[in-house]
Amino acid sequence: MLARRIIPCLDVRDGKVVKGVQFRDHEIVGDIIECALRYRDEGADELVLYDITASPENRSVDISWVRNVARVIDIPFSVAGGIRTSEQARAILDNGADKISVNSPALEQPDFIDELVSIFGSQCIVVGVDSLEEDGQYYVHQYTGKSDAMVRTRRLMVDWIIEAQQRGAGEIVLNCMNQDGVRKGYDTNQLSLARSKLTIPLIASGGAGAVLHFKDVFEQADVSGALAASVFHKNVINIQDLKQELASCGLPMRR
Amino acid sequence: MSDVTLVDMNCGNIASVEFALGRLGVSHQRTQSADGILAAKKLILPGVGTASFAMEQLHRLDLVVALRNATQPLMGICLGMQLLYEFSEEGDVECLGLLKGRVERINGSQELPVPHMGWSTLDLLQSGAAVLSGIADNDFAYFVHSFACPVTPETSAGVDYGRPCGAIVSAGNVYGCQFHPERSSAVGAQVLKNFMSLPC
Repeated sequence: MLARRIIPCLDVRDGKVVKGVQFRDHEIVGDIIECALRYRDEGADELVLYDITASPENRSVDISWVRNVARVIDIPFSVAGGIRTSEQARAILDNGADKISVNSPALEQPDFIDELVSIFGSQCIVVGVDSLEEDGQYYVHQYTGKSDAMVRTRRLMVDWIIEAQQRGAGEIVLNCMNQDGVRKGYDTNQLSLARSKLTIPLIASGGAGAVLHFKDVFEQADVSGALAASVFHKNVINIQDLKQELASCGLPMRR
Repeated sequence: MSDVTLVDMNCGNIASVEFALGRLGVSHQRTQSADGILAAKKLILPGVGTASFAMEQLHRLDLVVALRNATQPLMGICLGMQLLYEFSEEGDVECLGLLKGRVERINGSQELPVPHMGWSTLDLLQSGAAVLSGIADNDFAYFVHSFACPVTPETSAGVDYGRPCGAIVSAGNVYGCQFHPERSSAVGAQVLKNFMSLPC
């Protein structure tokens, strides 16, 4: 039996975990290792560490904290942020990360997904997608880590996730930006649509504010995992309590 | 001489296995040579990536014969376990052949996303196997794979993903673990401990 995954996302800036509302106005939450260990102890199934300013600042992730996290953590974690060459990807994976997630650079050069997959295998290549609903369409956005750098692409979410899957991506994290940071619930309509197009795992992101939101996204959108940040950082929801409640609703959860 | 030698196939994620061994207080070293394999007390063959790339590396480094002739306890992890079998559909490549059977693709669908990624329950098949000490039926372990090992009489624990797949194998000095023990919390640490407790 495969359990649904609860995935806290640690947005990292200058070596600290931060959290903003709709990608703006970031405040410091704490130290990376402390946060990672706390979530591990609370029963997180996986962690995402996202260097939010790496891509807009045109640099890759700082390897030293990747290695420090890998040394202490005994659950899987993926690393995202400004990975634009296979050498950078290798450095992150060689230092103990389980997966890397690419977003803006894959939009710039979609062949990059194929290149990464051919070298490292599908299983460690995640494609992150930031999608915003405008005029009844879901548009993919780029450089979302910094509000003044963010741009809307011409790509539609559905077209892009299908292309990423065809290019060999092993997992999609779909961040529904209309919902991000506002804790009104996941965008189950958009996620259901995405799920219907994929044969690789889909992770929901953006909007978690209550236990019910997690139940809804698993039951209605059938996602493999649910990612959240602020509700965990601010102790609105305790991961252990969340998993117990979801298990009591009949959802498969790791004990 | 370290407690265990890791065979370095230039195939990713060896560091996270080393960190896990470090957390258990186990001393470890890497090798890329047949002499290093011969001299090892115990061997771990970790790997992520593709079977064809990994076998190419083992041939290039001239390690295939040394691994086939190894008499020390040898544990393959994730891709490393798959390489222990005769053949892999991933690149249609002949593997080490230390265990009978073929590694086959898991056919993905909307209902059964592939890779099989996440925490799945173990089905214990060999009660009393040393490698399963302290592991209980339905314990969760962290899997990431698109190709699956067969379930054979040598399979100690299976995992169900669309069909029964091999999760832990033990046959003579040869052991394998399809999930990532270094990322499977207490259950993974226990499997590594069990392997390290085997007599050399």
